[in-house]
Amino acid sequence: MNSRLVVSFRQSLRQIGRNMAMTIASLFSITAILLILGFFFIIVVNINNISESVKENFDVVEVNLLDQTDEADTGVLMDEFRRMTGVLNVTFQSKDEALENWKDQWGDNADLLERIKARGDNPLPNAIIIEVEQLSDAESVVQKAENMDGVEKINYAQDTVNKLLKITSFIQMGALILIGFLLIISVVVVSNTVKLTVLAREKEITIMKYVGATNWFIRGPFLMEGIVIGVIAAILSSGLIAGIYHYIVQNFGVDFMLIMSIGFVSEKHLLINLAIIFVALGASIGACGSIISMRRFLDR
Amino acid sequence: MIEYKNVTKKYNGNIGIEDVSVRIEKGEFVFLVGPSGAGKSTFVKLLLKLMDADAGEIFFNGYDVTKLQSIDIPRHRRSMGIVFQDFSLLPKKTVFENVAFAMEIIQMPRKAVKRQVPQMLDLVGISAEAHKYPAQISIGEQQRVALARAIVNNPSVLIADEPTGNLDPETGWEIMRLLEQINRRGTTVLMVTHSKEIVNAMSKRVIAIRDGHLVRDERSGMYHPEDDSTEADQNEELFEI
Repeated sequence: MNSRLVVSFRQSLRQIGRNMAMTIASLFSITAILLILGFFFIIVVNINNISESVKENFDVVEVNLLDQTDEADTGVLMDEFRRMTGVLNVTFQSKDEALENWKDQWGDNADLLERIKARGDNPLPNAIIIEVEQLSDAESVVQKAENMDGVEKINYAQDTVNKLLKITSFIQMGALILIGFLLIISVVVVSNTVKLTVLAREKEITIMKYVGATNWFIRGPFLMEGIVIGVIAAILSSGLIAGIYHYIVQNFGVDFMLIMSIGFVSEKHLLINLAIIFVALGASIGACGSIISMRRFLDR
Repeated sequence: MIEYKNVTKKYNGNIGIEDVSVRIEKGEFVFLVGPSGAGKSTFVKLLLKLMDADAGEIFFNGYDVTKLQSIDIPRHRRSMGIVFQDFSLLPKKTVFENVAFAMEIIQMPRKAVKRQVPQMLDLVGISAEAHKYPAQISIGEQQRVALARAIVNNPSVLIADEPTGNLDPETGWEIMRLLEQINRRGTTVLMVTHSKEIVNAMSKRVIAIRDGHLVRDERSGMYHPEDDSTEADQNEELFEI
């Protein structure tokens, strides 16, 4: 560790301390941008999750059984399904298993389901899960199953599935484009904010240049300042997003689950990734902003 | 040690300096005079490699400044000390820190900083004010700090831009005595000035520039009336900060 890095870091800390107002302004702008980015990130990740699960379930027909259908009748039904063309696999899923599956999908929020289980009035039906080879097989299976005794409801909605996939990919695209724009905007905002700091220290930079400091030496503290601000903003916004996401999951997790039949992406998994991305992003935004804002001062 | 050979620099067709040739030896004390806009600023900026010459060569300590690569520019500038008319002290740093700054940015060891800065402050006679901020000391003292900062890295040339321009005559003379003292230690001094009194009293070499041309170069020279600018542009500074 040579003295140059130490001097650079010391200077950047001193600088941050002395230009408190400016630093706080940059901090808030990066935090705000990262927050918006974070929301889009969460939306995209959750939509990915939904569309993945939708795709996975695409070749599966779920036949819900009436509660009064007994084991023998169920066996007869399953054999009938097995004889149909294009059917790969037929399995039975009890209400308890269905609840367990839900719990797996819900991840961190599984405890919400524990309450239902504890009450002993599981509303989920027994079901026969039929895996088919392709879409057309699924349709014929659905048609035949509709006329069988003991069948309550068939969960297979091709149109809905297709529409949902279309909507999700549209939202994903839109969000990605927006994230791109936000990144560009954030670099511009940061470079302008750092430029204020640079302007406030223009005299110092000129003196440094005249006395013979190298460009990288002059850039050092500003770069460090940008990175420190970016990383602090990343930590701040990660924390805020964690809190907000936790709140949303706690308060709307069940409703979301009921509508989409899949839960939110697990908090722990999502937030660790988000924090890593944010720190990398914050540091790069800060560094890019600093370098861009200093170009004019160092061309000679 | 400094030699300009047919140096020309133009800005969009306007003459900065044209076909200037001059030689300054090590240890000399030189006044650079002339009206504002005559090319004094261009002359000095070319030496510092703050801009590139259009034609000609500028030799400094044996190498051609006009051919310096940008990676070598910092090292080149370190062999020169600069005093600005407005002192250019950093207001948020103490006197000591301002002088130490010049050493820190060329990455001198802390030990050397702690040893040399007090020596310089002592040389210019402001040791007692070491821990005050620029706003807390007089203008004359501020210029001494600027002087200490300019020489703390032992430059072979000291470039002073109107160092007495903002000072009252008495304080100005104190600064001149310091410059002479620094010059006696072997440092070449190049001073840009408009002060007739100082030039005439010091009786040093005078180089006069007018309209981009070198018009006079005299040993023990005097200040001529045509070296003066109008009142208005006397406040123009060599370096924009």
